[in-house]
Amino acid sequence: MQTAIKHYPSKPKKVYLYATCLVDNFAPQSGLDAIALLEREGIEIIYPQGQTCCGQPAYNSGYAEQAQQVAIHQIAQFPQPWPIVVLSGSCGGMLRKHYPTLLPDSPEVAAFSERIYEFSEFLVHVLKIKLEDNGHPERVALHTSCAGRREMGIREPGVQLLHQLNNVMLVEQAYESECCGFGGSFSVKHADISSAMLEDKTRHLREADIDLYVSADWGCMLNLNGAFEHQQQTLRGIHLASYLLQRTQAEPEPIDNA
Amino acid sequence: MHNSPRNFKHNAHQALQDNTIRSNFRGAMDFLRNKRRAAFPDREDFEQLSAQGAAIKQRCLQKLPQLLEQLEQQCHSNGIQVHWAETAQQANQIVQQLITDRGGRSAVKGKSMVTEEIGLTDHLNQFGIDCIESDMGEYIVQLAKEIPSHIIMPAIHKNAEQIGHLFADKIPNVNYTTDVDRLINTGREQLRQHFYGADVGISGVNFAIAETGTLCLVENEGNGRMTTTVPNLHIAVTGIEKVVEFLADIPPLLKLLTRSATGQAITTYVNMITRPRQDDERDGPKEVHLVLLDNGRSQAFADDELRKTLQCIRCGACMNYCPVYTRIGGHAYGTVYPGPIGQIFTPHQLGLEQTKDLPTASSLCGACEEVCPVKIPIPKLLQRLRVESNKPSLRVKTENSDRTEPVVMHGEGSARRRLEALLWRVWAGICSRPALYRTTSWAVTRGRQLIPNWKNGWTQSRTLPKPASKPLHERLKNRIHS
Repeated sequence: MQTAIKHYPSKPKKVYLYATCLVDNFAPQSGLDAIALLEREGIEIIYPQGQTCCGQPAYNSGYAEQAQQVAIHQIAQFPQPWPIVVLSGSCGGMLRKHYPTLLPDSPEVAAFSERIYEFSEFLVHVLKIKLEDNGHPERVALHTSCAGRREMGIREPGVQLLHQLNNVMLVEQAYESECCGFGGSFSVKHADISSAMLEDKTRHLREADIDLYVSADWGCMLNLNGAFEHQQQTLRGIHLASYLLQRTQAEPEPIDNA
Repeated sequence: MHNSPRNFKHNAHQALQDNTIRSNFRGAMDFLRNKRRAAFPDREDFEQLSAQGAAIKQRCLQKLPQLLEQLEQQCHSNGIQVHWAETAQQANQIVQQLITDRGGRSAVKGKSMVTEEIGLTDHLNQFGIDCIESDMGEYIVQLAKEIPSHIIMPAIHKNAEQIGHLFADKIPNVNYTTDVDRLINTGREQLRQHFYGADVGISGVNFAIAETGTLCLVENEGNGRMTTTVPNLHIAVTGIEKVVEFLADIPPLLKLLTRSATGQAITTYVNMITRPRQDDERDGPKEVHLVLLDNGRSQAFADDELRKTLQCIRCGACMNYCPVYTRIGGHAYGTVYPGPIGQIFTPHQLGLEQTKDLPTASSLCGACEEVCPVKIPIPKLLQRLRVESNKPSLRVKTENSDRTEPVVMHGEGSARRRLEALLWRVWAGICSRPALYRTTSWAVTRGRQLIPNWKNGWTQSRTLPKPASKPLHERLKNRIHS
């Protein structure tokens, strides 16, 4: 899978935020933290109230027509030529890679997809952000979603950001690049297989002896955190945006991911 | 295990309970992944080479009808006789007839997935023809009365202990051992006897070269060369998608195939078979036949996107890297070709009705596409098959009869469930109307304490995710934009 070479613009004044339906409904704090971090960097954030879901669930389930309907609606919510920062590698892949196939031969769609940046990619390649770590020493693992890794190439920016944090020791869990077993409807239609993948993934994270794991995808995190809770384990993951904000604030504040 | 993809879910469930299967596959896949990784140390080099491989296969598929004709002509002028088979049954009959007509009773077969696909051994047995597998892995599988669990490593589901017991039980005067060299030697001694006595050697083909009429066959054990040179009759069977245009297409494809499959720079044997034994030659078969098989391939060929399925060079890397295959092993699929390639290839042979659980048995993680040496977009094709499975069955009448034919694929629409289709329509309605979306979101977040703790596939290993007390868009409602 070749990730096309992306040309990054210089730092913009304004960006749109595409929070994703999972952040909106399950993890709004990740959205607020991303906004706080971007605003601290001097970026103005526009949050279109009409945004809903990127359409990936229907697309992956084989309901392309319904995905198209939802995709057309999303595109209409972002009329200005500003970059669109997405708080998920997986939804980013849908918006950047799959929209042009879902709605082919449309310059408007192609131009929309060109403006898509996943959050960590945006921080590293567009903002060229410099982070100062104010947190305590911690062992952390990074979990990159499959689509984030392979469609958006965001593992490297994620690693770069965590490496900027002086007191954070980034630990690589065994089988780091292997899928956590989520895969949307796969986790319900093939629950046994999905659970086996999930059990392995949570074991590998536990065995990495970390304080927490960080991810830029709430799809994987609902899967993984739900499994840790089910296993009565204390290990949890938090969104990269929240983690970066927490570590770089003058006075670290506790993070609420409710 | 039931040998049908209809039993996929049941088989997968059973396999996941079996610790031996899980550890055998995990260990074997780790081994094969490491071999491949060492063979492609540089990501950029791999990208370049695989782009070249994909371009070759795409060019050859684009010209497939002409290339097949050219291949037939070239083979014919070299003295290789070409036969065409539309179905598995036809291919079996052709092979059996060729053997029967010459009074043959015994065959040795080199490793070949296409002969597994058509069930050739069983067919020959019914006609009183013995057919012995000469590849060590296939030999083990045949002895155990099983089917291959991997297209490159047929017996990879077995460990040395299991093979030791199998040999001790089935082969006279053999003691139990787990010493791999001794096991291999036992197998070799058995096979050698069969080579001497066989009336016919049957093989597959890795690449059939249209320009020269050459059959290219790679292998590591020498059994392929024995099979194709010792008996007087050699019958090669292959799918129509294996044809390539030029001899010069072979080196890049070979590089990709052996490195992706076993991490080897080249296999121990590379056989280039261009003609039967000539009068002044001392060995080789007196007759060479090539059977070209369709068996659903032209259905895939007819659609530009699905055609990419036929780019496959059968290296098996997609299964080695597949997190699903690694967990459940090859037999659970109930298909001859397991793993990601089997999931996109088998529906064209068996139809989507029988195989409807295969396209959904993937998290679409993309590990297969990442390692595919000819850049088959497997996740995209799985997604496409999901569309075909779920579409309302639109059928067109054929010109000359009232019989209706599927538009794209046999069995299309067979996984469609009215309730599921309705749910997606409702979902799309909500997600394309902000007011409705916000109302739904309000209800879900405010009613979060009321959501029952359903027992379903999700909750067998995770707690249900709990909506936030107030969604993000509400928290941002009063933001002032300049």
